[in-house]
Amino acid sequence: MSTLQVRVWRGGPQGGDFHPYQVPRRASQSVLDVVTHIQRMLDPSLAYRFACRVGMCGSCAMTVNGVARWTCRTHVDKVCADGRLELAPLANLPVIRDLVTDMSEFFDKWTRARGRFQGRRGRHDDFERVAPDSPARKQVDAAIECIGCAVCYSSCDVVAWTPGYLGPAALNRAWTLQRDVRDAAQAERLRAVAGDAGCHACHTQLSCTERCPKRISPTSGIAGLKRDALAAALKGEL
Amino acid sequence: MSVRREALLWGAQRLSAALLALCVVVHLATMIYAAQAGLSAAQILARTRGNVAWLSFYSIFLLAVLVHVPIGLRAVLSEWLGWRGASRDAVLVAFAAALAWLGARAILGVFL
Repeated sequence: MSTLQVRVWRGGPQGGDFHPYQVPRRASQSVLDVVTHIQRMLDPSLAYRFACRVGMCGSCAMTVNGVARWTCRTHVDKVCADGRLELAPLANLPVIRDLVTDMSEFFDKWTRARGRFQGRRGRHDDFERVAPDSPARKQVDAAIECIGCAVCYSSCDVVAWTPGYLGPAALNRAWTLQRDVRDAAQAERLRAVAGDAGCHACHTQLSCTERCPKRISPTSGIAGLKRDALAAALKGEL
Repeated sequence: MSVRREALLWGAQRLSAALLALCVVVHLATMIYAAQAGLSAAQILARTRGNVAWLSFYSIFLLAVLVHVPIGLRAVLSEWLGWRGASRDAVLVAFAAALAWLGARAILGVFL
């Protein structure tokens, strides 16, 4: 059995550095397996976050060899050709301890982008029919599977430059609601996501689209929001 | 900055970018032709002086530049220097005016 040389960032809000660990290499080993081995067998003080282990909860994302990834679905084979792994907390988020980041601001931005569905109908109304093959619903389907892992947010240079920028995940969420025919708050939401802290700050660098583990393209949604904002502005509705 | 103005500026930048893509291709093709054909300055001026088609083309080119460059520079100043507000916009208007003067001088120099 070979051994992985793993360097893990240890520290807190004041700073920290990388600590070396040696982890046995196993077949079909995920990066999360490596972190779990370190915490359970080598150093129980290591802080990290995970829940489902099957790519649904979005809680285990970390920076793996310099790239933000979901660790539970990232095989060591895929990212570690030379037997070395470097694990760090997600970028663009404050560190709480070791590999755990504070995601409050990330989710606060979903709220600022009005990422909450607002329906028109009450409990006594019939269901609204949405044709699955309608163009708007197809656009929603392409973007709806976000698990809130913050990989896109961590990979976005504009978030790094402009801390107030809502970021790809919040804007992608807003986009799914802008294309939801049942939603009643689209004019207000468009005002919330337009402007230089919103969709107009995006430089279309596509890092979010390249890194999204669910293969969503937030860039496409953000481009859609820009087009919607321009159309609304020309009509005097923005 | 209102979100409406932001959206309109984005639209203006996209439209001017489309115009610039066309204008730059025509301009480069013209430059390559002039160089390859070995045209002298006098021969080039003979083709451009009094030519309303070239005057119109380069006027549109200049207008696209005047719209596109200050909007792009505005984003650079905001993101890299954190410079926002009226002072930044005043400098950009002055910069656009300088570009307009230089551009118009160049266009009229080969037309008149």
